[in-house]
Amino acid sequence: MTGTAQGGPPLLRMTGISKGFPGVKALDDVHLELRHGEVLALVGENGAGKSTLMKLLSGLHRADAGTMELDGEPYAVSSPREANESGIAIIHQEFHLMADLTVAQNIFIGREPRRAGLIVDAELERRTAALFESLGIVLDPAQKVGELSVAGQQMVEIAKALSFDARVLIMDEPTAALNDAEVATLFRLVRDFVSPRTGVVYISHRMEEIQEISDRITVLRDGRYVGTSDTATTTTAEVISRMVGREVVTDARPAPAPADREVVLSVRGLSTRKLLRDVSFELHRGEILGFAGLMGAGRTEVARAVVGADPSTGTIEVAGRPVTIRHPADAVRHGIGYLSEDRKRYGLLLDQDVTANTMLSSLRRESRFGFVRDAVGRRVAARMVDRLGIRTPSIGQRAKNLSGGNQQKVVLAKWLTRDCDVLVVDEPTRGIDVGAKDEIYELLTALAAQGTAIIMISSELPEVLRLSERIVVMCEGRVTGVVDNADATPESLMELATQTGSEHHLTATGGAR
Amino acid sequence: MTATRPDAHTAEPAGAPPGAPRTGEPRRGPRYRAQLQQLLAFAGLVAIFAFFSIASPYFFEWPNIKGILLASSVVGIMALGATFVIATGGIDLSVGTGMTLCAVMTGVFLTNLGLPFAVGILGGLGTGALLGLVNGVNVAYLRLPPFIATLATMMVAQGLSLIVSGAAPIYFTGVPGFEQVALGELVPGLPNAVLIFFVAAVVAGVLLSRTLLGRYALSIGSNEEATAISGIDVRRWKVMIYTVAGLFTGLAGIVMASRLNSAQPGLGLGYELEAIAAVVIGGTSLRGGRGTILGTVIGALIMATLTNGLRIMSIPQEWQKVAVGIVIVLAVYADILRRGKDA
Repeated sequence: MTGTAQGGPPLLRMTGISKGFPGVKALDDVHLELRHGEVLALVGENGAGKSTLMKLLSGLHRADAGTMELDGEPYAVSSPREANESGIAIIHQEFHLMADLTVAQNIFIGREPRRAGLIVDAELERRTAALFESLGIVLDPAQKVGELSVAGQQMVEIAKALSFDARVLIMDEPTAALNDAEVATLFRLVRDFVSPRTGVVYISHRMEEIQEISDRITVLRDGRYVGTSDTATTTTAEVISRMVGREVVTDARPAPAPADREVVLSVRGLSTRKLLRDVSFELHRGEILGFAGLMGAGRTEVARAVVGADPSTGTIEVAGRPVTIRHPADAVRHGIGYLSEDRKRYGLLLDQDVTANTMLSSLRRESRFGFVRDAVGRRVAARMVDRLGIRTPSIGQRAKNLSGGNQQKVVLAKWLTRDCDVLVVDEPTRGIDVGAKDEIYELLTALAAQGTAIIMISSELPEVLRLSERIVVMCEGRVTGVVDNADATPESLMELATQTGSEHHLTATGGAR
Repeated sequence: MTATRPDAHTAEPAGAPPGAPRTGEPRRGPRYRAQLQQLLAFAGLVAIFAFFSIASPYFFEWPNIKGILLASSVVGIMALGATFVIATGGIDLSVGTGMTLCAVMTGVFLTNLGLPFAVGILGGLGTGALLGLVNGVNVAYLRLPPFIATLATMMVAQGLSLIVSGAAPIYFTGVPGFEQVALGELVPGLPNAVLIFFVAAVVAGVLLSRTLLGRYALSIGSNEEATAISGIDVRRWKVMIYTVAGLFTGLAGIVMASRLNSAQPGLGLGYELEAIAAVVIGGTSLRGGRGTILGTVIGALIMATLTNGLRIMSIPQEWQKVAVGIVIVLAVYADILRRGKDA
């Protein structure tokens, strides 16, 4: 599919694009060229400028400098609607669908066919059915979007985007929530879409997918253009080193665990009504215990059950004594802190400052007769900012204005201030760029060395292998294995992670993801 | 670059090397903003004062200003309590009729039962606390939406007021000194109701900004789930917060009863909305997480000043309502504009 229309202008060209926000240069002299009939992969770390670039194309932002051309014509846009009408369709990572409306109502929202001012749902559904027919999507136009699976919703988003007779389709991490079969369907849609008059910009972190679907790869780093190359002649390692700007160490492993450390947390027969079945494990002082598994294996559910965020049965012992944990307040009282995978929802007071967030769990301890001592709080927060290297203009900065990595450090600061003996960290580096990831790794390792016991849940096998001394592997709510780091390989972990109860499913996933 | 912000020069450059933290001195960004917001509300109050002073020669006279302060006191005291509930992201619709029930109960204790003065006062406060406790339990443990839970309490309180009083006013003429609670002048020239309002405001201010109760109210309003995960017993604190709000309702009921020297069981409905309006004009967010007592006091004063000024200018009562509605829109919109800029 490398058929380039020779001589003519490319489908989409962005030249010398710069865009600044107060205090940050998001894009600096960036180029992008999408040829007719190709799939162009756009890659870069979080914060490399991909989403800003998309927002320029969709009219949500305006560039400070540079030009954009669509089929050789200057392209100026001031709203997503205008972008759609110019033939640029953008599928965002998060869905923008209304759960209580039907599939058809969602697709034609804002341009409903009307007769005498009234919406004609039958016509709406007819058009949607025709659209699905042409795209090869099997969905009921009259079904409520909220009843669809994530994959189904993704298809609705794609159909909506394509219903505008798009020439340029831009997809941001479209496979983040899809399983392999759904990814295959998506790729078929993409291939069907590509024609001599159209093109696709495909943003993704998943190197295998990029190798499979794209013709060329454009790399951004820190808001700058790094380069573009043909996918066929570029290895994944080359792409990654361009993204990161240095070699990535992926095979670091923790030092072997010293023997005979006391057990600080013992969980036996943990079960929940929905998913968990008889989960048992022990956590030692100063240990990082990894939890690996595929999405939906129940790792987060274990974390939430242990900290009392969800109801469960089974016994939990802290330092050898059985405890009852019905509420996170109980867990915290027993010295167990929880860093959720969704730190904005469960971790931070976004509108409040670094001090308030750092002190949240310890306010009571640091109060006198119910009165809060702000001076103490500010001193503690300032110390945490130093100790964890939180990059913030001041401790009065609101959490929402910090980067993902620094937000995560603030949540960590909250638990360090509380002096927890056990930390449950769920996807500690999700949405954090590579540099900050290393810092988080170092912090966790240092904490363990000082005696904190850490349960680390992660979907990234390199992360699990790098940090954990032992690894608990889960599948379908059960523990399918506990492996010493020295014996663990990505392959062996993946095998355990796919060890489903029913035999027929054994061949489900091949590659490590 | 847009306009320079006070902290712009310390902003982190994009490509700074990791491991080079910039801590900076403890700067008080949010506090500075909160002050700005109160300044805004205060400027509004001053502007309204200036306008009416020019528009009417009778407005800027001490008796009239005293009248404004007195008129603001009952709604103001209720609004103080409502600020805590609204700071959690909740709402309390029961403060209006709840206040009436507290007044009626005080009447029952003092007039009907002839109990000692202190018992009557404590009975009024206790009734308020009990109503708040019920609200808190319904919201925190039964997980009713605050709107529904307090709507129910609003109706129950209204009904109980009528039942307990036999649908007739209870007069305090047989209780010597009761009228002095609100209308006496411990500070010469200043009615006690106003003094009570201001003292209550100071107490509420300390509660909100300096105690665990206030801090947790704002935390719950910012992010209830994160607050719970952080090990705070959200349900228990919510019950306490609603109960404290109920105490203020009880206080408002006593002041109201004293001012009228009677408990009027038919009164009260609609006061809750005035209290909420005062809180909102004062810059407290209905979504929770953000609020100040000073703002609420100013909000209550703005409401009372506006009503008073319009009346002095002989604007009919119907139009006074229209004007108050418009001021609410203006005040909240100004707040949205201001916050949109520093986001």
